[in-house]
Amino acid sequence: MKKKVSLVLALVLLLALCVPLLTGCGEQQTVLNVYNWGEYIDKDILTQFTEETGIKIVYSTFTSNEEMYAKLKAGGGNYDVIFPSDYMIERMAKQDMLHPLNYDNIPNITHIMPSLRNKAYDPGDVYSVPYMWGTVGILYNTSMVDEPVDSWDILWDEKYAQNIFMYDSSRDCFMPAMIKLGYSLNERSDEALQEATDLLIQQRPLVLGYALDDIQDKMVAGEAALALVYSGYVVGAVEENPDLAYAIPKEGSNVWFDAVAIPKSSKNYEAAEKFIDFLCRPDIALANVREIGYSTPNQSAFDQLTPEEQNNPVCYPSEEELARCDVYVDLGEYNEKYDDAFLRVKGN
Amino acid sequence: MRKLKLFALPYILWMVVFTVLPMFLIVYYAFTNAPGNSAPTLEHFFKAIDPMYMKILLRSIWIAFLCTALCLLLGYPVAFLLARARNGAVWSLFFILPMWMNFLLRTYAWMSILENTGILNSLFVAMGLGQMELLYNENAVILGMVYNFLPFMILPIYTNLQKQDVSLLEAAQDLGCNGWRVFTRVTLPLSMPGVVSGITMVFMPAVTTFAISRLLSGGKFMLFGDIIEQQYLSTGNWNVGSMLSLIMLAIILLSMGLMGRFGSDTKDGGGML
Repeated sequence: MKKKVSLVLALVLLLALCVPLLTGCGEQQTVLNVYNWGEYIDKDILTQFTEETGIKIVYSTFTSNEEMYAKLKAGGGNYDVIFPSDYMIERMAKQDMLHPLNYDNIPNITHIMPSLRNKAYDPGDVYSVPYMWGTVGILYNTSMVDEPVDSWDILWDEKYAQNIFMYDSSRDCFMPAMIKLGYSLNERSDEALQEATDLLIQQRPLVLGYALDDIQDKMVAGEAALALVYSGYVVGAVEENPDLAYAIPKEGSNVWFDAVAIPKSSKNYEAAEKFIDFLCRPDIALANVREIGYSTPNQSAFDQLTPEEQNNPVCYPSEEELARCDVYVDLGEYNEKYDDAFLRVKGN
Repeated sequence: MRKLKLFALPYILWMVVFTVLPMFLIVYYAFTNAPGNSAPTLEHFFKAIDPMYMKILLRSIWIAFLCTALCLLLGYPVAFLLARARNGAVWSLFFILPMWMNFLLRTYAWMSILENTGILNSLFVAMGLGQMELLYNENAVILGMVYNFLPFMILPIYTNLQKQDVSLLEAAQDLGCNGWRVFTRVTLPLSMPGVVSGITMVFMPAVTTFAISRLLSGGKFMLFGDIIEQQYLSTGNWNVGSMLSLIMLAIILLSMGLMGRFGSDTKDGGGML
C-alpha cells in the first residue's frame, strides 16, 4: 500500500514538472493574452494587429471588475493587457499589481483628450490609458412612463412596482441610494451604509430583477419600464426599440472610465505597450467606438464621428450634466462591507 | 487481481490531482488568512455563521427538500408507468433527451417562456386573461429546479421497478391482494432502494444549486450556492467562500449518511444508475 501511495505521489510530481515544459516549447511567435469585458471591442482589429505586427492574440473576457481582479489576484491566467475601470485601477495600483507604462512605446497617446487624462484614479497616467468612458443613468420606456424622468426618486416610486431592473453590482446599486440620502457615491461610513441598505431593502419589492448584460435585451423587449444601466447599453437598445430613452438624474450620478493597463505579472511588457498604442490609433479607436457604442476618449476618433454621433447626449452629455457626476474611488476595506450589505438587500 | 488494480491507477491519479488536492486547498483556505500567512484562524467560520448566511442556508435546504418531494411525487408515477409500458425504454428516452442539452440553455429557455413579454404571457394576454407574474419569483426557481432534476428521480426508480420480479406480483395477486394492495405491499417496499437513490440524486444538486436560482428569480432569491459563487467571483474573499463550501460539504455528508442508513435498511441495492 505504501508503495502505491508513493508511486502516485511520484507521478503527481512528474506531472507537475511537465507543465512548465509543455508551455515552454513551441513559442517562436510572441503571444499576447488580452483580457477584456464581453462585447467590448471590434474583433476585426485583433486580426489586423496580428497582420501588422506578427504578434498573436489570445482573447478572453470577463463580466465584472471584481471577477477580473479575483482571477489576477489568485494568480490565475497570464494576462498581458487588461481593461479595468477607474476604481479598480486605483485598487490594483495600490496593491502593486500593475506595470508602469513606458510612454516612449505609446506615441499615439497624444490622441487622447487632455481633459480625460491625468484623472484622480491614476494621477499622471502612470498605469493606464483611457479606453472608453460613460455614465450611469436610467434607461426607460416612454410608452410605460409618462412623467419626465429626471430624478432617482422614480426608482422608489410604488407606481412602478415590479417594473424596475437594477444592475446587479453592489457599487452601482448603492450609488443612487447614497446620492438620494445626500451622501457621496464614495461614502465610507457604517451609518450611511446602513441607511442606504435600508433604502434598498425598501426598494426591493418594487424591483423586478437584479440583472447584468441581459438588461439591454429585456428593456428592448419591453419587460420593464425602468432600468439602472451604463450609458453604453443605451445606443444599441434605442436602435432596436425607439421607445427607449436615457436620463442622467439631476441629483448626479457616476461617470466612469475603463482604461487599458498591463498587469505586473505579464511577461510581454513591450508587446502589450505596442497593443495599447495600437488601440490609441485614431482609425482603431474609431472602429471600436463604432462597434460598441460607448464614448471614446480619443479626440482624433471623435472628430471623425458624424455630427449626429458627436451630439448624441447619451454618449457625450453636456458639460453641465457631467459636472454633476462623480468618479468612483477605491473603497478599500469598505469594498467587502458594500458587498455584504448588498447581499443583505438581495437575500432578504 | 493485481492487473485490475493497475487499470484503476489513471483514475486514482485523476482523483488525487482534481479532487483530493483541491479539497485540501479548500480546507487550507477556510482556516487561514491572506496568502502567505498560514497561521490557523476561525475568523471565517464566525463570518460564515452570520445569521444572513444561515438564513440563506436554511432556505436552500427547505427549497431542496421541496424540490425533492415534488420530484418524487411527479417522478414515481411516471417511472411506474414507464416500467409497465410495453416500450418503456423508448419512452424513457424522452426524459433523457433534454439532458443532452446544457442545463443553462434550458434555463434560459424557461426565462423566455415565463417572462412578462414571454410565450406564456403573450398567450394569456391574447386570450384576455391578462399578464401574470410568472418569472422573477420563488415559484419560478422551484419550477426550474424540478424541471432540471426530475430525470434524476425518474431514472433510478424506473430501473428498479423494471427489474422487479413479475412472479412476486402474481403471487400477491394469487393470494388475494387487489391492485392497490399489491402496489403498497409489494411494489412500493421493493422499490425503496430506487427511491432512496433518486432522493439522493435530486437532493444533492438541489441543495447546491446556483445560477438556476439567480436567473429565474432575477437575482432576488439567493441560494447557498449563489453566495459561494459570489464570495469567489465578486467579493473575491476565497477564505469565506471556502468556509461556506465546507459547511455545505458537511451538510451533504450528513444527509448522505442519513440516506445511507435508510438505504441499508432495505435489502439488496440496485436502482442507482
